[in-house]
Amino acid sequence: MQSETKAHVDQITSPGGQPVSVLRFEGDISSTSKEAVLGTYQALPKGDVKLILLDFTKVDYINSSGIAVCIQLLIEAANSGQKVSAFGLSPHFVKVFTMVGITKYAKLLPTQAEALAGL
Amino acid sequence: MSERKSATVEVRLPTRLGYEKVAMSAASSVAKLMGFPEDRVEDLKTAVAEACINAIEHGNCLNEKLSVGVVLSAGSDALEVKVIDDGTGITSQPAKPNIDRKMHGEEDVRGMGMFLIQALVDEAEWVAGKDGKSSYVRLVIRLDKES
Repeated sequence: MQSETKAHVDQITSPGGQPVSVLRFEGDISSTSKEAVLGTYQALPKGDVKLILLDFTKVDYINSSGIAVCIQLLIEAANSGQKVSAFGLSPHFVKVFTMVGITKYAKLLPTQAEALAGL
Repeated sequence: MSERKSATVEVRLPTRLGYEKVAMSAASSVAKLMGFPEDRVEDLKTAVAEACINAIEHGNCLNEKLSVGVVLSAGSDALEVKVIDDGTGITSQPAKPNIDRKMHGEEDVRGMGMFLIQALVDEAEWVAGKDGKSSYVRLVIRLDKES
């Protein structure tokens, strides 16, 4: 019943010329998304990339367990000295992420272009 | 539907994660028929999903022999949702989640469901069932409330 979370990574360059890893998610973000979200993040080459973007454009459903998985990613990124921003969340999930305080540790922008500009 | 007659819709879910989306869809459909704006429908969907997840995980302890009841009661100016499980109910409200404590490993990264429910609907109450069964959470979302 839960839609499988798909994830893939694109390597791009910021307007300032720095490498950026974009984790693009698809499907649901829930308790079953740990491998797709954290596993994909943990598989990134260590030490190379200090800027991470999370793309939620193709995500329809996020529950509190999924938000917890995202917070785990933010913890690991903070411990690695990486900066994280997210884009593509619906207005409702921007509100929910803001309610739980995620905006203190990751910027939420409407589009990839705006997220890149804000890095 | 313009007369806003009262109506009740009941859904019975298996105790299996993911089926909260069935309750979300039913709640969304009823709320749209009642004329709730899209942002309030989204609030309700998340609150109902979190209530069902709590019922599945904590109330029924993932026991697939049990089911979760969802009763949607549409009134003239509000929608009430009861999510019923076979647990003993909650004894105390969890503390409001603290993102700083979570980020520093001082608080479980989970445990945000009840906070979201309370933040997204107009009323939320948790009622322990008699004899340790049929506990429920009751949510109310009102038509006249500005988002």
